[in-house]
Amino acid sequence: MTPKDNRYAKSHEYVHVEGGIATVGITDYAQTELGDVVFVELPQVGSQVEANEEFGNIESVKAASELFAPVSGEVVEVNDELASRPELVNSDPFGDGWMMKVKLSNAEELDALMSAEEYEEYVEKEAGE
Amino acid sequence: MSEQTKTETAAPKPTSFHDTAEELIFERSRAGRVGYRFPALDVAETKLESLLPGTLLRDDIEGETEVSEVDVIRHFTRLSKLNMSIDSGLYPLGSCTMKHNPRINEAMARREGFAYSHPLQPEHQVQGSLELIWLLEQTMKEIFGLPRVTLQPVAGAHGELTGILMVRKALAKQGNPRKVILIPDSAHGTNPASAAFAGYTTKELKSNSHGTLDLDLLEREVTEDVAALMLTVPNTLGVFEGQITKIADILHRKGAFLYCDGANLNSFVGIARPGDMGVDVIHSNLHKTFSTPHGGGGPGAGPVGVAESLVPFLPAPTIERRDDGTFYQDFNRPDSIGRMRAWNGNFGVLVRALTYMRSMGGEGMRRMAEIAVLNANYIRARLKDAYHLPYDDPSLHEVVFDDKTQLANDVHTLDIAKRLMDFGFHPPTIYFPLIVPGALMIEPTESEPKEELDAFCDAMLAIAREAKESPELVKSAPHTTPVRRLDEARAARQPILKWTPSR
Repeated sequence: MTPKDNRYAKSHEYVHVEGGIATVGITDYAQTELGDVVFVELPQVGSQVEANEEFGNIESVKAASELFAPVSGEVVEVNDELASRPELVNSDPFGDGWMMKVKLSNAEELDALMSAEEYEEYVEKEAGE
Repeated sequence: MSEQTKTETAAPKPTSFHDTAEELIFERSRAGRVGYRFPALDVAETKLESLLPGTLLRDDIEGETEVSEVDVIRHFTRLSKLNMSIDSGLYPLGSCTMKHNPRINEAMARREGFAYSHPLQPEHQVQGSLELIWLLEQTMKEIFGLPRVTLQPVAGAHGELTGILMVRKALAKQGNPRKVILIPDSAHGTNPASAAFAGYTTKELKSNSHGTLDLDLLEREVTEDVAALMLTVPNTLGVFEGQITKIADILHRKGAFLYCDGANLNSFVGIARPGDMGVDVIHSNLHKTFSTPHGGGGPGAGPVGVAESLVPFLPAPTIERRDDGTFYQDFNRPDSIGRMRAWNGNFGVLVRALTYMRSMGGEGMRRMAEIAVLNANYIRARLKDAYHLPYDDPSLHEVVFDDKTQLANDVHTLDIAKRLMDFGFHPPTIYFPLIVPGALMIEPTESEPKEELDAFCDAMLAIAREAKESPELVKSAPHTTPVRRLDEARAARQPILKWTPSR
């Protein structure tokens, strides 16, 4: 289950772009690998995120990991619901488990990301290692 | 629910068996019950309110526990029986090294001269204690192969911070403290935290297919901005960095330091010396290699050894010997990073460590390391056909498997760990190191006789068979413990941190 209309980062975040606004979250593969998510730390609305830089943290029963922004821009909205219901990242990573919305400052960054097919291939290779 | 089971559930709680969960001490509270009764007053009673101002008086504590002495003793004795410890069996936590603590260490630490000495006593009264610290430093110097060692840090991570602060001060004195500390992805997790705490940004280096450092990558990453590389040797896969002298050269050419996380020193103590490998600064954990007690958060000790270039920056005071054989604390160290801890660290732990070193001797410590490595490799040899080895390189004191084989039946590392409890063993470290998905990290230590290792391997092999033949049994484990599979996710998402009375 890798939605075709998203772009994907090697660090397992996805971007869904609509009208210059990118919705960012982690992929289904990432949530499976992490296991039960218990805490998500997100940036402040109004702050700037940079592509390939950390924008938050995610903690599961197994490990704590950094979240990397696939694109640069201003954070216009974050998913406050995750504060009380972090399990949404597990149950619906591409839907209700989204993390932040970013106003794209450089749409060309999307080209550096993978398509759904490329990401699936990448995951298969990584899992096979 | 049938009438039969209802009766069973309602049966009085057994009080003599320790295979049941223990209720909280608050739940044992009965109104009016006391531990001690004071004799009747033989003088006139004076109200407290007439002796102290109201601001100093507190109200009664609501729901304060009221229990008798026998309630308290039984409660804590039962809790202690629920405890799993190295004193009751193998405790194979990788990276945490739960080894036997010889009791002679305790006897020495309790000697009156040590136990009752006070750091504020005049130096001439505590010569023995100062000499002990000095002697331990001499021993650690020989073990590290480095000219000086500080014994102030009270934990491994505290030692890391001490070491990196010395690096920072040395570089600052040269004119530029630099910005970045490089850390391989197979390092201990405390390394980046310590570096960040000392004011550095950290950069992770991806290890190669052997789980060790890629020298070409290192060569590219060591710039004029890099203060040090923090290298865990052997790393968290239990693999030794065979290229360590080349690694040191690459760093030194750029004026950077080689920091060695020597937490895993127990795998090579007495065999090789970090100072001979080009290491500039190293910490070790006295509980991991030198058998001081471990667990419960301490007290610990994380001595740090340094090369000549870092000696001026050691924490003050250092312990020095005068020509006449007496000892003193040297506070006159102008370039010191200052104190890292009140007094001289956790002194009682230092007594235990020196006792261990002296009772083992140099040959004995080498033998300890050899047996620790042998035991890990024995487990590796017995389990490698049943469990997948993600890195095939030779193991030192610990061996890392993963759950790849068992995943075919949807049995995960967590399930294997839980099932191991039914066989009476403490589970190994799981899901660490992070570079191995589903890691099972096993460190038996040198403490274990072959029979115990065999019993552990038999249990692991039985679980591997169950994972194939009856996976549900493993997935629903543990079955024999006082409480069964806990909902760890809910415990983290909705933690209940305070007991509240149900009535």
